[in-house]
Amino acid sequence: MLDMSDARKLVEIRGLKMHFPIFSGLLRRQSGAVKAVDDVSFTIYEGETLGLVGESGCGKSTCGRAVLRLYDVTEGSIRIDGVEIAQADPAQLRGLRPTMQMVFQDPQASLNPRMTLASIIGEPLDEHTKLGKAEKLNRVYELMDAVGLNRAFAHRYPHEFSGGQRQRIGIARALALQPKFIVCDEPIAALDVSIQAQVVNLLEKLQDEFGLTYLFISHDLSMVRHIADRVAVMYLGKIVETAPREALYAAPAHPYTRALLSAVPEPDPRREARKDRIILKGDVPSPANPPKGCNFCTRCPEVMEICREAEPDTFEVTPGQFVACHLYAQTNSEQTAGQAAATEAHKSIQQGD
Amino acid sequence: MTTETSEGLRAWLLTETPHSRWQARMGSFYQGWLTLRGNPMAMFGIAILVLLLLLAAFAPLIAPHDPFAQDLSNRLKPLGTAGHMLGTDSLGRDILSRLIHGSRITLYIVALVALIAPIAGLLVGTVSGYLGGWVDLVLMRVTDIFLAFPRLVLALAFVAALGAGIENAVLAISLTAWPPYARIARAETLTIRNSDYISAVRLQGAGPLRIITKHIWPLCISSLIVRVTLDMAGIILAAAGLGFLGLGAQPPSPEWGAMISEGRRFILDHWWVATMPGLAIFTVSLAFNLLGDGLRDVLDPKDGSQ
Repeated sequence: MLDMSDARKLVEIRGLKMHFPIFSGLLRRQSGAVKAVDDVSFTIYEGETLGLVGESGCGKSTCGRAVLRLYDVTEGSIRIDGVEIAQADPAQLRGLRPTMQMVFQDPQASLNPRMTLASIIGEPLDEHTKLGKAEKLNRVYELMDAVGLNRAFAHRYPHEFSGGQRQRIGIARALALQPKFIVCDEPIAALDVSIQAQVVNLLEKLQDEFGLTYLFISHDLSMVRHIADRVAVMYLGKIVETAPREALYAAPAHPYTRALLSAVPEPDPRREARKDRIILKGDVPSPANPPKGCNFCTRCPEVMEICREAEPDTFEVTPGQFVACHLYAQTNSEQTAGQAAATEAHKSIQQGD
Repeated sequence: MTTETSEGLRAWLLTETPHSRWQARMGSFYQGWLTLRGNPMAMFGIAILVLLLLLAAFAPLIAPHDPFAQDLSNRLKPLGTAGHMLGTDSLGRDILSRLIHGSRITLYIVALVALIAPIAGLLVGTVSGYLGGWVDLVLMRVTDIFLAFPRLVLALAFVAALGAGIENAVLAISLTAWPPYARIARAETLTIRNSDYISAVRLQGAGPLRIITKHIWPLCISSLIVRVTLDMAGIILAAAGLGFLGLGAQPPSPEWGAMISEGRRFILDHWWVATMPGLAIFTVSLAFNLLGDGLRDVLDPKDGSQ
């Protein structure tokens, strides 16, 4: 973790904004925008896994898709492997596609029902290579071996497979072009718990084997703790906290992160009974009309005057741990005190971890 | 020996582990056929249509008389007359022979319209649905304009402008038949274009052309096929209607609609002259409808896996 600064930055996102316009009225004029992703910045180093967590609708999937330019981003810079792609045109993007791929949430919906497995996995090869028929089939077989699919299934249709197998097909397809960076958009959310572990282990195995870099989007905090090296927490289109895994789970700094972590179920019932959860009140505001000041000010248990007026800056509270919160904007002594209190509060929540 | 090979073929088609893409495709066709075979009404429709195809293919061999040979001394003979099973018309021509030859014209019109209209509709609908924006707006408003006319009236106007004849009737019917296909194809495209597998294909760097032709078309085709088979009856009726109004096939060609039109003058005293071609139109339309219903059960993608 400490040598992270020496590692090469593979993905660098600066000020990424993805706004979807809202049209209304008789003339269909643009009356506003859903700020699904609003000024997000993060970095992913080569070979690491960045977990992106947040509740439903906070913009994490949109963020993942925007990073791969499945959308035309509103603003900001996306550098992948040293190439700026935020405003790249389709022809330029096409050439860059092999570097970056995606594993989708719903394995059923991400496979064309009319294509056999071999044609699904082989399709990226048609697009970007000039392999002969036999060579292509060989490559498909290699990929199927890599993700643990029986070669005899190569000419079946997706509906003949189980959910876990379909997700393996999706992973094999993403691997076909030997990418460096893969966005995993909730790859386990649609799977049975028993299958989730298999798929996550497969993803980890492939990471070691091919030196992959992941952006792992999930709402499953325990799974992210298992797979991610660093974690970014998103709330209403903004990243509120980025930290190395241990630091984040041991001492979450942002009030939202604390609330999120306190919601993780505890397997031991005695400890579960003693655990005091931070229950957030109210609903997430609409991303079309976010509150003034800090996005979290409507629900924050530690809200202050300033939170309703100004957007917080980002502070590095411990090395590698960045928080966007006014709690840490005070003088140095107060800051450490506040942090100690936070750590204290959290220890009582997650004792024994 | 033959049972052995047919068993082998069956096993090859139903195998769990196909060895090639072609085998997998054939296998899924066979699965569809098995489902269709379980539907007696659809099989009845297929039987009628196969019979019609055979009649049309071997018309000169099967027809007892020349459909154009007039025999004025034998005009308007009733059903069951020796040598003229279905009687004769006002010029003494054998109605059965004319019906058999007329099946060729009917099939010709149906086949051409069934090719032209869905393909035109598919093109317009998928392009409109996938590209969206102004393209969508313009193409869909054009479609709306076509849909705003009663079908036969619009076809009449086209034929009147183009001139009477079978080819022009085909063109006119196609021109009026494509908008519903465009609507269906557009609706399908709208759901398909936002699906994850299209995102996956876009991530591979495929452009709109490749996505439309390789991914959206194959997925739209099954619902279009169902719609075409259900539309066949309408096409036959439209063709017959044009023939009846004297704007389709021209006399003496034995087109069924034109035959009804000729028989209309005698409908009270010599009912069979108009009724026999009417029955033929009815039977074939019914057969297409039955087949269409059966096909929908097999092909409808909304049913999920077969």
